[in-house]
Amino acid sequence: MTAMANVLEAKHINKHFRKPVDFHVLKDINFRVARGEFASIMGKSGCGKSTLLYILSTMDTDYEGELYLNDQLVSGLPHEALSKIRNQHIGFVFQFHYLLTEFTVLENVMLPARKLGRKSTEEIEHDAMQHLKTLNIEKLARKTASRISGGEKQRVAIARALINDPDILMGDEPTGNLDSYNAENVFQIFKGLKEEKGLSLLVVTHDQDFADRTDRIIIMEDGRVLP
Amino acid sequence: MTNWKVILSIAKTHLLSKMKSTVTASLGVTFGIGAYITLVSFMTGLNKMLDDLVLNQTPHIHLYNEIEPSKTQPISRLAEFEGAFNVVHSIKPKMSQQKIHNALPMMHYLNADPRVRGASPQLRAQIFYLSGSIELGGSLVGVDILEEARLYNMRDYIVQGSAEALKNTDNGILLGAGLAKKMSLDLGDRVQISTVDGTVTPLKIVGIYQSGIAEIDNVRSFSNLKTVQRIQGEAENYVTDINVKLYDIAQAVPMASALEKQFGIKATDIQEANAQFETGSNIRNIITYAVSITLLIVAGFGIYNILSMLIYEKMNDIAILKATGFSGKDVQYIFMSQALLIGLVGGLVGLIVGYILSRLIDKVPFETDALPTITTYPVNFNMGYYLIGITFAFISTFIAGYLPSKKAKKIDPVRIIRGN
Repeated sequence: MTAMANVLEAKHINKHFRKPVDFHVLKDINFRVARGEFASIMGKSGCGKSTLLYILSTMDTDYEGELYLNDQLVSGLPHEALSKIRNQHIGFVFQFHYLLTEFTVLENVMLPARKLGRKSTEEIEHDAMQHLKTLNIEKLARKTASRISGGEKQRVAIARALINDPDILMGDEPTGNLDSYNAENVFQIFKGLKEEKGLSLLVVTHDQDFADRTDRIIIMEDGRVLP
Repeated sequence: MTNWKVILSIAKTHLLSKMKSTVTASLGVTFGIGAYITLVSFMTGLNKMLDDLVLNQTPHIHLYNEIEPSKTQPISRLAEFEGAFNVVHSIKPKMSQQKIHNALPMMHYLNADPRVRGASPQLRAQIFYLSGSIELGGSLVGVDILEEARLYNMRDYIVQGSAEALKNTDNGILLGAGLAKKMSLDLGDRVQISTVDGTVTPLKIVGIYQSGIAEIDNVRSFSNLKTVQRIQGEAENYVTDINVKLYDIAQAVPMASALEKQFGIKATDIQEANAQFETGSNIRNIITYAVSITLLIVAGFGIYNILSMLIYEKMNDIAILKATGFSGKDVQYIFMSQALLIGLVGGLVGLIVGYILSRLIDKVPFETDALPTITTYPVNFNMGYYLIGITFAFISTFIAGYLPSKKAKKIDPVRIIRGN
């Protein structure tokens, strides 16, 4: 595995929760995600896997250690720069479907691309429709986000995460809130993205069945990555 | 790099989906600005009217001869008593002539001065009005009536008849309204004028003059300068007062003292004569601004509350926006632009409401003896106040929006996402 092939690399990451008492959540985390790899993180509740994911997503900056994205050090960058990195390079899917409820499905999907501002609104709309089509929800495009079902919402969130062609897609229990049919659906979408587009994925999950079918399982226990 | 198009479209969606709070917040601004425009238009209209009432009738500089004791007594001119302490008892002023010496060349000189809008001659004579058995003391002022009309809005105070009628009638008089009432005289009647030395002249009433100040209307009448000179038996260069109106009222004080030195004559300026006048205007302005600012502060608190609530409701949205790459600043701009949009819409509606209310006040009848030419409440429609109004709206909504939006900027998306 050459260095260039790493999308994400964590070196000696440590994190403390300082309130209410000092608690060492993450202890010397080291691992890599290769380009095109579909990795999952598993572990018991409270082992720090979500905390780690938020650090990897650049949203949480309160940690020690070094985080590389595409071999670029991102630790210590100012918030503005991190926002830009998230916008451009990282797609995020949450357990809860986190859409802007007052906007239409299409507007939700378009939003990160409009923020990036690289393409014209027409191009973005076209791209967004493409993504919705791939996920079989193009007929929902004009519906308000609050009026669609949970499984549909999650697919919209995936479309939104993909709109800027990110280098890596991160998921925090993306299937945790879905029935088995929809969970399977989401898994198939992820798998398709990896296989067809060569997208890297890093998914935190409780679902053993889900994790077993990924390329690699990273198991965490008490704030450490088990070898 | 800030992508304003996206930020504004998000702000717009937020505002439109919360129509009720948006309207409430905007109405607060509307009331504040509307009240400001109405008040300031009405108050400044009132101020202007009162200013006109006194200031327009008053010359900026009044030149005349005053009877006063000589400043240098003869004994001081004697060389032998130089440096001595002289005491002179019971000094009496010398009876000097009331006529202004060289009045006509002086007027030419003043009218040629670029600072002077006009200098007009006056001859003030003490006379008695005789009508039947009534005999009333008063004064008759000989004027160049068209100059008075041009410089001091004389026409506004001629309630019957006209300035031209006086100009064209050799023995005409503009009788004071109080006098006309006392003597039951009307337009076209004759009134006898008796000078101090007993000469009686009949004059035809070609107009009624009402200044709105009873003490003046009860004693003063106007006639042509030539007519009064003839009644008094004086030559055509006999003038007792010269009234000067300037382009810039601020020039009155230095110019008055310069003229006093130059011509050796008494010159009073308008500030001296109306020192107390400014105070009233200032107080009315302070009241206007105090009320408007209070209303805007109240509106500001309303906006602050509504935005704080909105941000609380929109915690999830803020977290998503931040997670998908909007920076803290972008989020702050989203909420700031909501505040400013409320300010813009509320402010513009406020201007319109203020304008309509001012128009209504402008139509309300307001009749008073003091102001013969005014029939409705005076309102000042000045564009400048509308600009100040909209600026006020922006400043108050900016301040009200700044604090909540700053809070939104600082929200940590991780805490919101984990909290669920």
